[in-house]
Amino acid sequence: MKTTRCIPEKPDSVYFFATCLVDLFYPAAGLAGMELLRRQGIRVIFPPGQTCCGQPARNNGHFEDARAVARQQLKCFPKAIPVVVPSGSCAGMMHEHYPELFDGQPDQAEAEAFAARVYELTWFLAHVCKLSLADRGPPVRVAFHGSCHSQREMGVRDEPGYLLRSLGNVTLAELQRPGECCGFGGTFSVHQPEISGAMVKDKLADIAASGASEVLSGDCGCLMNIGGALGKSGSPLRARHIAEFLLERSHDC
Amino acid sequence: MTADVRRCDFAVKARNALQDPKLRANFRRAMDGLMAKRATQFTDPEEWRALRARGAEARVRALAKLPELLERLESRCTANGITVHWAETTAEANTIVLSILQEAGARRVIKGKSMVSEEMHLNANLAAHGIIAVESDLGEYIIQLAGEAPSHIVMPCIHKNRSEIAALFAWKIPGQPYTENVDDLTAAARRVLRGEFAGADAGISGVNFAVAETGTLVLIENEGNGRLSTTLPPLHIAVTGIEKVLEKLEDVPPLLSLLPRSATGQPITTYVNMISAPRRPQEKDGPQAVHLVLLDNGRSRVYADPELRDTLRCIRCAACMNHCPVYTRVGGHSYSFTYPGPIGKILTPQIEGLDCAGDQPHASSLCGACAEVCPVEIPIPKLLVRLRAEAVEPLSGAVRGGGSARSLIESWGWRGSTLVFTSPLLYGVVARLGGWFGNLMPGWLPIINRWTSVRTKPHFAPKSLHRLAREKGYDHE
Repeated sequence: MKTTRCIPEKPDSVYFFATCLVDLFYPAAGLAGMELLRRQGIRVIFPPGQTCCGQPARNNGHFEDARAVARQQLKCFPKAIPVVVPSGSCAGMMHEHYPELFDGQPDQAEAEAFAARVYELTWFLAHVCKLSLADRGPPVRVAFHGSCHSQREMGVRDEPGYLLRSLGNVTLAELQRPGECCGFGGTFSVHQPEISGAMVKDKLADIAASGASEVLSGDCGCLMNIGGALGKSGSPLRARHIAEFLLERSHDC
Repeated sequence: MTADVRRCDFAVKARNALQDPKLRANFRRAMDGLMAKRATQFTDPEEWRALRARGAEARVRALAKLPELLERLESRCTANGITVHWAETTAEANTIVLSILQEAGARRVIKGKSMVSEEMHLNANLAAHGIIAVESDLGEYIIQLAGEAPSHIVMPCIHKNRSEIAALFAWKIPGQPYTENVDDLTAAARRVLRGEFAGADAGISGVNFAVAETGTLVLIENEGNGRLSTTLPPLHIAVTGIEKVLEKLEDVPPLLSLLPRSATGQPITTYVNMISAPRRPQEKDGPQAVHLVLLDNGRSRVYADPELRDTLRCIRCAACMNHCPVYTRVGGHSYSFTYPGPIGKILTPQIEGLDCAGDQPHASSLCGACAEVCPVEIPIPKLLVRLRAEAVEPLSGAVRGGGSARSLIESWGWRGSTLVFTSPLLYGVVARLGGWFGNLMPGWLPIINRWTSVRTKPHFAPKSLHRLAREKGYDHE
């Protein structure tokens, strides 16, 4: 499993940035991510002042609003320890776009230092924790949807597959177009509902053709889109955050 | 707003395209093929990274020195015997081309593929003055027969499948029977075009790269039609945008490798033409006169902004549209203007104005597939976001129609969300309210119904992760 990013030593403690979507709609995904980290002997800190990364405002061109929201996060994660994020997209906003957003601002250095500490959850579990789980679940075939930003901004490519393949009873189904966007795109889904709708329908067809009984992702935006479309179409397929799946499979119960 | 509203209809055209299964199948099949072909060319990530870095460097350097290089290009070309013309607008460019042709008494023109000539609507302008221009690139020839505009900048008739082309040829080419045999169809076009080449009074082409150091016009193509158009008639007119300049001849090889590999998955095109002068006294072929028309058409304004300037790096390979999930589904004609797909979404609003094409930067999920494959590293998603920002609040005043999408309601909406997201207390209250009442919101409400048209409503959790983390005893500092 190759990565171009420098792999840090496994730390004693990390911050967890939940993202607003996980916080409000998918808290189980966040809890699972925190639990996976805790089981690696890492102290997980959840700063209560955290809210949203500011990506919606930034992507819609409201840079002042985005900076104000971003500054709120900068305040919450002051220590020089990793910030682990259960979303490639929100992690990408912080890691890739905070430095641009704060370019020329008085707190540019602070934003850059923070950005350098941001890690996507599956990347962190795979490279830093070298996570290997004992599978306690029945045989199952799953598909994984890698979000655009996890792949292209956070360099998350083989990491989810590595984690899933470590589970003996799990078969990872190949998608025909693993790199293609599911059509979420934040406000794109309501700015361009027809195009977004066509994209998610194609993604559903790809997932269905893979023969998977469940689709996993590391991003709750994509899951809201894919899961919502599965629900609307009456499909029995389930959409879940990969952290929940990993935890459930490896749980001693 | 004074913009031409008839052309600002991306949403309508996209909706119609989405409902056209044949069109969608044509694009899907074609883009899948082009993506697969490109993938075979860049199997070594190290080679790709190094080569594209060289390509990007050459383009960035050329743009950094653009005014100086344009002057050098003009003086070198002039010294070589090529007449150089400057056009600020497409109207000026059309006037220049027309007067050159009229002076030469040209009535029939054979054309190589040129997107700048599409930008100028050159064929229609010439026709209005009684000059017939015939497209000689097979794809361009097909859409000229159909009376359509290109739907793709490299594969102009990619929206048509074989049977549509067969029917078009049988209808438009005298004596041509209906056949879906590709060789027979190509032979039919060749038969017609041979006559056009032989009878043309002038040839018009585009330019892929204009080398300032040597005054060389580089033109790549696969059909030999570019070479015929630029050598057979007594007069050759090349039209190009001012951004196509390269500093040195040695900048050409990396770009010559990147362009066809990115575009069609070919290691190199069948023909590479390097035109440096008209026919010299001792030479047996080539045109007696060569003219170069350098078109600005808003490019200077794009150039003036150091960030947006990156738009001008483009070498027109079309890899961005081949990999774009939006373009693949709505096709090139939905974009209305000359350049479709991701590059069009950043170029068109800057050329035509945000008040006219301001919807285009929003027609993207910001997935980043375009930037990932761009051979000259244009940060397209970043520029899309920049243009969205210019549309709501002009940051630099550099973009035409800046601020035209300003909406008080929307601004207040963002301001409201900022208030919530910058106040943990308020955010906690909203999270609670969401948990209690959020799920009662009906799916038919405006905006929400755009989501629920194909998806179920997301479900607010009864307890936020903030509360659950506290309950589970996670540290908070």
